[in-house]
Amino acid sequence: MNRIVNKLNENKKLLSIYFTAGYPEPDSTVPILENLERSGVDMVEIGLPFSDPLADGPTIQQSSTQALKNGMTTKKLFAQLENIREKVSIPLLLMGYFNPILQFGVEEFCKKCAETGIDGLIIPDLPVEVYHNNYQKIFKKYNLVNVFLITPQTTEERIRYIDSISDGFIYMVSTASTTGAQGSFGNTQKEYFKRISRMQLKTPQIVGFGISNKETFELATRHAAGAIIGSAFVKFVGKNPPGKIGSFINSIH
Amino acid sequence: MNTYYADKKGYYGAYGGAFIPEMLYPNVEELKKNYISIMQEVSFQKEFQQLLKDYVGRPSPLFYAQRLSEKYQAKIYLKREDLNHTGAHKINNTIGQILLAKRLGKSRIIAETGAGQHGVATATVCALMGMECVVFMGEVDIARQAPNVARMKMLGAEVIPATSGSKTLKDATNEAIRDWINNPEDTFYIIGSVVGPHPYPDMVARFQSVISQEIRFQLKEHENTSKPDYIIACVGGGSNAAGAFFHYLDNKEVKLIAVEAAGKGIDSGESAATSQLGKDGIIHGSRTLLMQTDDGQITEPYSISAGLDYPGVGPQHAHLFKSGRARFLSATDDEAMQAGLELCQLEGIIPAIESAHALAALEKMTFKKEDIVVVNLSGRGDKDLNTYINYFNF
Ligand SMILES: Cc1ncc(COP(=O)(O)O)c(C=O)c1O
Repeated sequence: MNRIVNKLNENKKLLSIYFTAGYPEPDSTVPILENLERSGVDMVEIGLPFSDPLADGPTIQQSSTQALKNGMTTKKLFAQLENIREKVSIPLLLMGYFNPILQFGVEEFCKKCAETGIDGLIIPDLPVEVYHNNYQKIFKKYNLVNVFLITPQTTEERIRYIDSISDGFIYMVSTASTTGAQGSFGNTQKEYFKRISRMQLKTPQIVGFGISNKETFELATRHAAGAIIGSAFVKFVGKNPPGKIGSFINSIH
Repeated sequence: MNTYYADKKGYYGAYGGAFIPEMLYPNVEELKKNYISIMQEVSFQKEFQQLLKDYVGRPSPLFYAQRLSEKYQAKIYLKREDLNHTGAHKINNTIGQILLAKRLGKSRIIAETGAGQHGVATATVCALMGMECVVFMGEVDIARQAPNVARMKMLGAEVIPATSGSKTLKDATNEAIRDWINNPEDTFYIIGSVVGPHPYPDMVARFQSVISQEIRFQLKEHENTSKPDYIIACVGGGSNAAGAFFHYLDNKEVKLIAVEAAGKGIDSGESAATSQLGKDGIIHGSRTLLMQTDDGQITEPYSISAGLDYPGVGPQHAHLFKSGRARFLSATDDEAMQAGLELCQLEGIIPAIESAHALAALEKMTFKKEDIVVVNLSGRGDKDLNTYINYFNF
């Protein structure tokens, strides 16, 4: 059974953290992961840095640029993660843009993920239809959960379609925006959270984009299975050593 | 059937498609569903043709270049896109797209620009239509294209510097895409070349196809045939070439020559010759050839001409290259600058440095005396005067 699916069955509000591999230091990846698990985080998205992250706001762009300057590559990330399953047991996903994965070779990439103990993938610019027609078989062969995004503009019909081919969780983008920390959510977002909840999808939803603190985490998870903190955490690790991660996580839940 | 046009999903062979994040899906889908039917509306065509005629000044002349013809021993014609309002072919596309944007009920226009030509062409049509205009431009390009920045501002556009990544055209494009993600309701993104997710490459090619449509009837008047033996055009993203090739794609007797910028030389590490240096991948939502590292990071191209300084080519051009339908040549900075100066001295026309790359191909080819050669003169050189002055020490 996939670790993500098991985790979603735990029946609690999941806190998931995104960070960019190779940021702020080339070797930050593993210490950050260990500290996240120790602090009680439920799940982690490890970001593969990309030169042109067009769905990301300034914080994650800047961390990607720095990670690439630090010499981060897909190959290096797999090398860093080689023995990660001896140290970390929570579900791990890789989140990245499609071009570096294409260059690595999609099947080779999935195989490496399986060997490393990666449970799922989030590839924002791999369209649902292309995945469905060309890559679903490969992902399944390596027992990888592929996570799709929905936004406040996604039509009900399309959400149903995405639900039908999802097998982990649906990544519910909180606002029509690139990634970035926000202080609070307004009525439009609350309405959207409720609307999706009323659809009674088979796939649990986890909310991301704009979650930065206790307030936004609690609002987002009122109707959803969990929430993902990205930019706010990336900002934090940019300024604090991995040993301090516990204090950040405690401030959320 | 082998076709060089986009199929229903926006593929040209293996290239094209729409590799976009879900946040862009509604906007791109709306455009995909509507662009062809809107373009076919009688009222749209009427307005579009009228503006091309009265505002842009079309048809642009097809000029027989006698002294150039003598030098290269062929019948050389210049398609004078440089005489269009705002000085390049870019305006054919911005007029088409802004009319589409209006019919889709959008009120705010965004665009990316490198040299500033597309930015100026967009700011121009926004002023004409009374629409809000925001142009993204790399910080580096803002510094080296000051006159065009001023033109855009005079025309009422807001110019926002792209400060991410390498701070040039590809980053300006990223910023425009991010803006579109953040403004999903009222905003229309006018892309400046045959790049980006489907339907952009096809839509832009259709708007630029007026170039080859005119070549057909103009050549008939001059030579009593509508078919040249060669069409030569420069390729940055590839919109002027796509327009000049459009009506000849299925006619194999017409040889298509695409000229890329070799910069300081293909193997110098400072080049923009994507067909030679690129590999299959995804850039700005399209599967195509692009310059990248082994790790799949997009690399920064180089050309003396800011309009050719793009690390990809449109998906149709990737297909024309791979299928062999078009022949891809390249011209270095030096070759282009010499060819530009030659046109000044032989024909009294100062070309854009982009277009000078197409002219530089003449030297590299062998013609028969009766060959009819059309060079697409995509733009005029006013914007490049500083570069010419610095290069030749005038
Ligand atoms: C005069 C001129 N020609 C050519 C180009 C290159 O664009 P494309 O390859 O889309 O025609 C530009 C772009 O700025 C331009 O200004």
